[in-house]
Amino acid sequence: MKKLAILGAMTVAGLSAGVASAATLDDVKARGKLNCGVTTGLVGFAAPNANGEWEGFDVGVCRAVAAAVLGDPTAVEFVPTTGKTRFTALASGEIDMLARNTTWTFSRDVDLGFEFVGINYYDGQGFMVPKELGVSSAKELDGATVCIQTGTTTELNLADFFRANNISYEPVPIETNAEAQPLYLEGACDVYTTDASGLAATRAAFENPSEHVVLPEIISKEPLGPLVRHGDNQWGDIVRWTLNALIAAEELGVTSANVAEMSASAGSNPEINRLLGTEGTLGEMLGLEADWAKKAIMAGGNYGELFEKNIGENTPIGLARGLNAQWTEGGLLYSPPFR
Amino acid sequence: MSTISDPPSGSFQLSMLINDTRYRSYTFQFIALILLILAFAYLGYNLLANLQAAGLNISYQFLGEPAGYDINQTLIPYTSQSTHWQASLVGVLNTLLVAFLGCLMATVIGVVVGVLRLSDNWLVRQLMSVYVEIFRNVPVLIWILIIMAVFIAVLPQPRDFRGDDPEATMFLNAFAFTGRGFYSPAPIFGPGSGAVIAVFLASIAGIFAFRNYAKKALYERGQLIPTFWPSVAIFFIPAIIAYFIFGRPITLEYPELRGFNFQGGIFMRNSLIALWFALSIYTAAFIAENVRAGILAVSKGQTEAAASLGLRPGRIMNLVVLPQALRVIIPPLISQYLNLTKNSSLAIAVGYMDLTGTLGGITLNQTGRAIEAIFLLMLFYLAISLAISAIMNVYNNAVKLKER
Amino acid sequence: MSDTHAQTVAFVRDTMLPEQPPPASEAGVIKWMRENLFKGWFNSILTIVALYFIFKIVTGAYPWFANGIWTTSSLAECREMLDGMTGACFSVLTERWNQLLFGFTYPPEAYWRPTLAFVLLIVAIAPVLYPKAPRQLLVFTGIYPFVAYWLIWGGTLLAPLMILAGLIAGYFAFKQFERQSFAMGMLAGLVAAIVVIWAGGIIPASLPDALALQAVQSRDLGGFMLNMILGTVCVSLSLPLGILLALGRQSSMPIIKWICVIFIEFIRGVPLITLLFVANVVLAYFFPPGSNIDLVLRVIIMITMFSAAYIAEVIRGGLAALPRGQYEAADSLGLDYAQATRLIIMPQALKISIPGIVNVAVGLFKDTTLVSVISMFDLVGMIRGPILASTEWNGVYWELWGFAVFLFFIVCFSISKYSQWLERQLATDHR
Repeated sequence: MKKLAILGAMTVAGLSAGVASAATLDDVKARGKLNCGVTTGLVGFAAPNANGEWEGFDVGVCRAVAAAVLGDPTAVEFVPTTGKTRFTALASGEIDMLARNTTWTFSRDVDLGFEFVGINYYDGQGFMVPKELGVSSAKELDGATVCIQTGTTTELNLADFFRANNISYEPVPIETNAEAQPLYLEGACDVYTTDASGLAATRAAFENPSEHVVLPEIISKEPLGPLVRHGDNQWGDIVRWTLNALIAAEELGVTSANVAEMSASAGSNPEINRLLGTEGTLGEMLGLEADWAKKAIMAGGNYGELFEKNIGENTPIGLARGLNAQWTEGGLLYSPPFR
Repeated sequence: MSTISDPPSGSFQLSMLINDTRYRSYTFQFIALILLILAFAYLGYNLLANLQAAGLNISYQFLGEPAGYDINQTLIPYTSQSTHWQASLVGVLNTLLVAFLGCLMATVIGVVVGVLRLSDNWLVRQLMSVYVEIFRNVPVLIWILIIMAVFIAVLPQPRDFRGDDPEATMFLNAFAFTGRGFYSPAPIFGPGSGAVIAVFLASIAGIFAFRNYAKKALYERGQLIPTFWPSVAIFFIPAIIAYFIFGRPITLEYPELRGFNFQGGIFMRNSLIALWFALSIYTAAFIAENVRAGILAVSKGQTEAAASLGLRPGRIMNLVVLPQALRVIIPPLISQYLNLTKNSSLAIAVGYMDLTGTLGGITLNQTGRAIEAIFLLMLFYLAISLAISAIMNVYNNAVKLKER
Repeated sequence: MSDTHAQTVAFVRDTMLPEQPPPASEAGVIKWMRENLFKGWFNSILTIVALYFIFKIVTGAYPWFANGIWTTSSLAECREMLDGMTGACFSVLTERWNQLLFGFTYPPEAYWRPTLAFVLLIVAIAPVLYPKAPRQLLVFTGIYPFVAYWLIWGGTLLAPLMILAGLIAGYFAFKQFERQSFAMGMLAGLVAAIVVIWAGGIIPASLPDALALQAVQSRDLGGFMLNMILGTVCVSLSLPLGILLALGRQSSMPIIKWICVIFIEFIRGVPLITLLFVANVVLAYFFPPGSNIDLVLRVIIMITMFSAAYIAEVIRGGLAALPRGQYEAADSLGLDYAQATRLIIMPQALKISIPGIVNVAVGLFKDTTLVSVISMFDLVGMIRGPILASTEWNGVYWELWGFAVFLFFIVCFSISKYSQWLERQLATDHR
């Protein structure tokens, strides 16, 4: 039965291969669903809730893209990926975009052939230790056993950091965040290291978050962002500008509450008008409908709303905006103009 | 297939390719070859098209680049600046280490359990069959994870050894059983220890020589010389004397809690032990069945014949039953070794850095060279398997019943 | 004689004495214990050690089971209820029951579907496993795969029906052309099946809602259900493949023989986990660009290849065990290769190799847990990932792993007991 299905699928695919080449947008539209790669589960960024629905900051980006392209924020198929599978899944076309707190690095961009379309979270690698150890700086970690997720840049940063400071450590490689948690909590490792946002999210899931501290050192730059395959510039543009639309919307004061009202008719701010499609033909240039950005914002709110709802200070994860504030407020978020 | 005694006369016709058994096999082989080539061409074409679309290539250059990551158990010198190739070698050695330890322990447990399953003792027999059934019928991955869970959840962590009134203490002040692994004293070889070791090795050679002499005495002169106690004496006494003569050059370094971990001594990491024990007890259940079947395969008449010659039960086992049973036991035993070696790739579930963890894990993740890394990985396991099969064939030929 | 003795001996017994009961140490429980438990000092020590061992286990485990708590909703709550007593928090099993069995994304309102599919599975394999079951059930076995596919994956019933129709058409075409030659028959059958499936594919495509169940994505499958699906699907697919490989390896045609040998030895030489890596990260590169074959399907392909190689070796053993005379007898009857194989060789070879095949099947079923390593949420994956990492159940190891051990043990143990039973049933040779 299955074998026949494979045969059928291969023949169909073989015939259609000539037609469907690089146009990811057409594929997504034909499928009616966006395949979006996310983590296997990191509360706040991407994790299924009790009903099995995916929630989180990265999930919000996926939903915004789905809303912009298909008009429906729920038309997303979330594909959980690990550090090992994420790039293959994207390269082989299993997913259309990857929103899995992935660090933008030179080799991933150039050598692996991916296109990072922007940065949705400025992060850095940190360390978490139990309070009772009385450690106040990462430089005191000589001889410590460190739990670390394999396949990430954190693994390489860690080796560099300890080598640069000439101190020793015991790496304990872990596949997923879920597996690291019990090891760290039961004391099989002294330290857990990953992106600072991931540490905060992990700590939030503990029974007693206050018994653990995140050390002040941030040992690396981890610009996290969504990425797509090289070679399909139209699709890359769509994901890039959907992310930019969310960022610009916050800057311009467009929220999910007032976007319907603001897009009803052209207002006084021409950039808002261009963004929401009441003026100009930006949507058409992207190959989308005029109100694409409005739909993207309606899906889960602008950047600030997504942040506050999923990982902000009022959530258990409790991350401050910090570097991720708008450039007008001293942060690094800076969307190119919609013009 | 059937041979046709009287081939039809006349020249070759095209229909004979299908209807004539002499030519039909060529037709089939030709078709199979074409299909195979087509299949490979199709897959290769897809691969190239996909790689081109993704802007990738196939290249093994990454093996020469610095790996950049650290490995916690290295049998050869390795730092994060070593190449991916060296990281792979570390992985190979770790695979071989756990496979070797596992085979050793699995054989010991398996033989004991297999013999006990045939014991006169009803209770022991039942217990052993419970052991065999439970371990055979549950996936080895679950056993690995369960033993790892014992480490994580049950054993005390180094922090429990700390303080004035610690929750856990070291065994005999020399052994620490912690959730991160087992620490034991390590020998330190001072000057002069070479001589002690040489004496020790010489006394082992002496034991063999003595046994040979005893055997000769028995066969040639019918003189029975006791071997067990003299062997023990030869094993210990010269080495101990030499040890004191050379001023006790070999000392022990005890593990001791410093900083975050125990320092010093020999450290066996929890992942190694979990993998080793789980693979051993799982494979031992299969080996026990092989051993039992092997012993049962020796016909009762052999035992009875030996008994009627007046041999004692221990000698019957050693001289009559086992040599014959081994012929039956060893081939499946070797294939169990092979299975154990292949199962050791489950190391990745507990973070043991075997080849699957380095080359197939971190290197693959960091370089993104999935096709290349997995191809190399398969080649390595294939090489081990073929080597073990070759050994098996040699052995099978050696013990084959020589019929005259 | 007795007369002479009558004078010389004072007393001669002329009746049999009634049988005395054996001494207490040679009868009943005591004798049994003496022979089976305390025969010699070594055995006595063994018995005492074993008894102590059993005593320790029972006294340790009993309160754990007896105090078990089944109703709380988190570990903290459970610990509170236990109040320092030894006891198990079985409530993790009751609370996460559905997740353990079906994974966490299978639609809850559709749980009855896989359940029904597995109940039907028992009906469908009964005639295969028990020769005494009514033969008519075999028809149901034939259509079962299509029903099961429809139940588990949902969608329209027409799609599996069309494939069934294609197979039936192929069978009739095969029957039609079989008289010419076996190869022609196979070819005709294949063509007919593909044509019917191809042409009939329009019907389900145009009527996606006819007789439709809610469609479920493959990646939503999980829990023990995924282990069962992978196990049954892969074993049943690998049987025909394994037979072909075994025949190919025994073939006298060198090219075909070497293709089969290389395939079998390659697959048997590498660990399953590397094949799963292939399914996970490499296989997608070998499909046509733009095609999207989901992970479960890719895993099924690789596991099927894996078990086919092992089954082929078992069947090859069966083929080798057949006496040479059987082949010669078939030849002397004038049967060609296909007929001889189908009518004479295979039925006997398969019969010999059934226990071996069952062993491979058990091994394969156990190996399906390896998919958890490539981040699929089977039973082991569910336990390691979502459940042990959740805030509520962080640290509930023994209940969960005990449950996993229990489930696998029940299934594998009963299959291996079945295989032993079958072996006795099939032992029809003259002893």
